[in-house]
Amino acid sequence: MYSEKVMDHFRNPRNMGEIPDADGVGTVGNPVCGDVMTVYIKIKDNKIDDIKFKTFGCGAAIATSSMITELAKGKTLDDALKITRANVAEGLGGLPPIKMHCSNLAADALHAAIKDYKEKKEGN
Amino acid sequence: MTGKKVYMDYGAGAPVDPRILETMKPYFTKAFGNPSSVHSMGQEAKKAVEKSRRSIADLVGAEIKEEIVFTSGGTESNNLAIKGVAYRNKKRGDHMIATTLEHMSVINTFKYLQKDGFRTTCVPVDECGIVDVEALKNVITDQTILISVIYANGEIGTVEPIKEIGEVAHERNIYFHVDAVAAAGQVPINVIDEHIDLLSLSSNDLYGPKGVGALYIKTGTKIQPIVHGGGQEKGMRSGTENVPAIVGMGEAARIAKKEMKSESGRLSGLRDRLIEGVLDKIPRSFLNGHPTMRLPNNANLRFSYIEGESLILSLDMEGVATSSGSACTSKTLEPSHVLLAINLAHEEAHGSLVFTLGRWTTKEEIDYVMKILPGIVRRLRAISPLTPKELLR
Repeated sequence: MYSEKVMDHFRNPRNMGEIPDADGVGTVGNPVCGDVMTVYIKIKDNKIDDIKFKTFGCGAAIATSSMITELAKGKTLDDALKITRANVAEGLGGLPPIKMHCSNLAADALHAAIKDYKEKKEGN
Repeated sequence: MTGKKVYMDYGAGAPVDPRILETMKPYFTKAFGNPSSVHSMGQEAKKAVEKSRRSIADLVGAEIKEEIVFTSGGTESNNLAIKGVAYRNKKRGDHMIATTLEHMSVINTFKYLQKDGFRTTCVPVDECGIVDVEALKNVITDQTILISVIYANGEIGTVEPIKEIGEVAHERNIYFHVDAVAAAGQVPINVIDEHIDLLSLSSNDLYGPKGVGALYIKTGTKIQPIVHGGGQEKGMRSGTENVPAIVGMGEAARIAKKEMKSESGRLSGLRDRLIEGVLDKIPRSFLNGHPTMRLPNNANLRFSYIEGESLILSLDMEGVATSSGSACTSKTLEPSHVLLAINLAHEEAHGSLVFTLGRWTTKEEIDYVMKILPGIVRRLRAISPLTPKELLR
């Protein structure tokens, strides 16, 4: 059902946890639908210096969250915003078709976290 | 990974009991005749089919063995019972009743018949999964021709008050169909005492081979076939009989009847050990279904803040096979209709985990699950943003 890469990220999620003093936080999904992801980012010199996630959901939801942290870490905000759902799925060696939409929300969570950071910055 | 394999998904698929496999073997290569043939090879096969029919009739308390019709499984039996009665009794009425807990082969057959002009009503169940018999009585009309109720739902394990519903149907002169696929062999069934006109059975749930099932049709029931052809099974189900599988199902029924009492006692003990262990050791865990009116082999549990597919994958990594009513394990992205029927919120339904125990489940296996499950739940809760902080300490 899942690729070896998905199972690897499910078994050993990268960057799992919270950043208490995060510069941006993005949450997407809904417990009713079975997937909720929160991405925390720490920004330094316009780059993602640290990133962590917490996820409620299926194997694909957890694996895509883990994957996005690997893809985004160290990237400039502009580059991070270019990461798409398709990039995440590719990075995991593909996802089952039915999971492409419901559980592949990690890119959205990252983009939401960046938006949150930008809004906070403008607010200051 | 320990290399250990613990199978607790018997409801999804069961191994064939080696004793049953032995009785089937001769019918593949030696006694391979067609039961319709006049010669002795054909008659030998016919004799085996009739012996099997007797064993199945005995399992469900049917006196006349000819009331058993062989099909390809539970799904076909449900289709035959419902479509067969609907089309044959169209002039008498166009209304049929089922419950919200039915198997998809009943629900989707009802939907199909709706498109074909029939009216259908699904009556609700309470939060333990017991059919609301009063609600059922209230929706009966003079146009109602069939009531279809699942004996026990295999996902949540709740056993229904079949006799009580049978009496209602009987009094009102309405055909009563019961889907006993998950219940047969687990709890005693008597089609006469329980006023059942049609009863669906599946072989694999009795540790017989897949691809064969049966429908009990009480003598005098007005029903028409849905598969047409050479007129086998007294015209009720055409197609050359799958003799080895039928022989296997017969032996499965014979063993199930003989061992039911001791086996259901053994399984309920293991089931309760698992349920009590989970509820005791894992905070915010709950039992789905009825606490006592449940199949001896079923434990359906749910865990707040985590999702069922992650649980299945994590248990599978430790060698334990289970299933879930979570949307993430379904083809429709909807949580199980059964869990919604017992009024669970979607987010609760997502966190369900179903253990179905079987003939080869041991106490050691239950204890192994209890050893690993609390850690798995803890790990997934640590990943989940929904988990309250105090639960992670």
